[in-house]
Amino acid sequence: MPRPTQFAVAALATALLAGTALAQTTPPTPKGDPLEGRPSNTEAAKLAPVDGPPLPTPAAKLPTAMLKVPEGYKVEVYASGMPDARSMRLGDKGTLFVGSRLNDKVYAVTQVDGKPVVKILARGLHRPNGLAFKDGNLYVAELNKVWRYDNIEANLDNPPKPTLIYDDLPSDEPHGWKFIGIGPDNKLYVPIGAPGNILVPPPTHAQIRRMDLDGKNVETVATGVRNSVGFDWNPKTKDFYFTNNARDWLSEDIPNDTLHEVKAGTGTPPNFGYPYCHQGNFTDPEFGWGHKCDEFAAPTALLGAHAATLGMRFYTGSMIPEAAGGIFVARHGSWNRTTKNGGDVVLVKLNDDGSFKSMQPFMTGFLQDNKYVARPVDVLPMPDGSLLVSDDWNGAVWRVSKAQ
Amino acid sequence: MAGLQPRPAACRVESGLKNTLAGLTVLAIAAAVPAASAQTAEQRLPACLACHGTNGIAKLPGVPSLGAMPADYVLTQLYMFREKMRVAAPMNALAEPLSDDDLRDLGDAISKLPPPQPAGEALAAADADHGSALVNRYHCNSCHGADLAGHDNIPRIAGQREDYLLKSLTDYKSGARPGYSPAMSEASKEIQPDHIPVLARFVSRQK
Repeated sequence: MPRPTQFAVAALATALLAGTALAQTTPPTPKGDPLEGRPSNTEAAKLAPVDGPPLPTPAAKLPTAMLKVPEGYKVEVYASGMPDARSMRLGDKGTLFVGSRLNDKVYAVTQVDGKPVVKILARGLHRPNGLAFKDGNLYVAELNKVWRYDNIEANLDNPPKPTLIYDDLPSDEPHGWKFIGIGPDNKLYVPIGAPGNILVPPPTHAQIRRMDLDGKNVETVATGVRNSVGFDWNPKTKDFYFTNNARDWLSEDIPNDTLHEVKAGTGTPPNFGYPYCHQGNFTDPEFGWGHKCDEFAAPTALLGAHAATLGMRFYTGSMIPEAAGGIFVARHGSWNRTTKNGGDVVLVKLNDDGSFKSMQPFMTGFLQDNKYVARPVDVLPMPDGSLLVSDDWNGAVWRVSKAQ
Repeated sequence: MAGLQPRPAACRVESGLKNTLAGLTVLAIAAAVPAASAQTAEQRLPACLACHGTNGIAKLPGVPSLGAMPADYVLTQLYMFREKMRVAAPMNALAEPLSDDDLRDLGDAISKLPPPQPAGEALAAADADHGSALVNRYHCNSCHGADLAGHDNIPRIAGQREDYLLKSLTDYKSGARPGYSPAMSEASKEIQPDHIPVLARFVSRQK
């Protein structure tokens, strides 16, 4: 079991560490390269992004027994056989929609006589990671296009031709795949990541936009966001919360991935600091000169260095009482760290004023002996209060529920 | 088997399946192997090597050498061919009938072939230095390994055909070949176009 992530961050020590890392940095790799900023030593050279296998793990070989949840709960397979299962959305009639990032497919899962039936709803899409559902329609975000499939649950076997909603989006591969969602303001939220590890982004990037459901009336909600692949709205306050993936190669231990909030009704979009300030308390060793962190909106919580915080949802169910009002966050797990970090689902609790209170591991075991046996991507509380967790390593969706 | 091997022209890589020649290629290669569905990877391998060369050392333009290619990488490419996520005749049609287990078994069998030996004339010292410097500059070793032999789902590039490396890098950079993961699209984004031939020439001559 991984220990709870340490939150105490000494800003001064952090800044000193950052300085040390800079001193070891070699001549720059071109911007846009994921290896931008990599120091030239043999240990750093061993680190590279880790992708799961393209084939789903056969049901009989799924590592169910390795995944751990608190006493009183159990883990079971909700559905499997979906290569690269990523973002999840639930339809009004109970269909689970699952997107993919490295694959080209969107899946639809229905439960027939208690057994999952997986259908390929769409194929040939380019990194269809983002899904949203509203009023019977499914929204799918490719790298640079958002589509709408009308009345989808009545047409799972013969999906309608989708309508293009929005394509005023860049085509950069780095951080180009998207998480999307529809807020209580009935707007579609679409993030646009920075086109590389650490760079001054063009004005079109490193931001989150929202728009009407037909793609019109686009406005910016947040800037200075390196890469958000998960967000949700506080059901009480309607405030918008999102996870963000921090830059690589600065150090094994910093910066942390972050949780941010934009209060409902905020006018001018807050700037969250990228690429000038990281985790709210230190400036970037290259781009931060001339800046101070208090120029920018501070993060709500620090979620672990290189942990790859992706999907997050507020929990309003009753089956998991200790999660009431909290946020489940899927930490996909690091690649840019010698000892991998993350690879779990954590439970983040907030104070009444929306500030950070605590973070505890909830579902662990994805990481065994510093290797992935599973990787959580998205979380989805179900109407019965159970929690679904998608896993792109095994092409599966897990269900956590009360043990009988 | 040898008598049924398709002529080299039939191995030409095409970018679409509507091409008649490509269709004939598939027929020719399909005819070269028993039609039974339950074939082992060893039974299927000769059909692969008809184009990819004895021991997986390709002699034909545009056809990659496969020797000692990491099994996961082969599996990933075969999967993409089967799912038409990577379009290159005749591979799409050849991969179409393969099961998940077939893909795994073929990946394993191909990974056990000996590594290709560098072909072509040796590089002049200045060219070798330039190539080596570019490999460092673009961090090729970071994923492909110190000896560029690849691992897991990252391909061996050492000793690969120069023309194949040239096309691959060009296509990654242009977006014509998105890759399974965006890693190479990202890594190639800022490779200067005039550095691509230098890299292909240098890497093709590494053991």
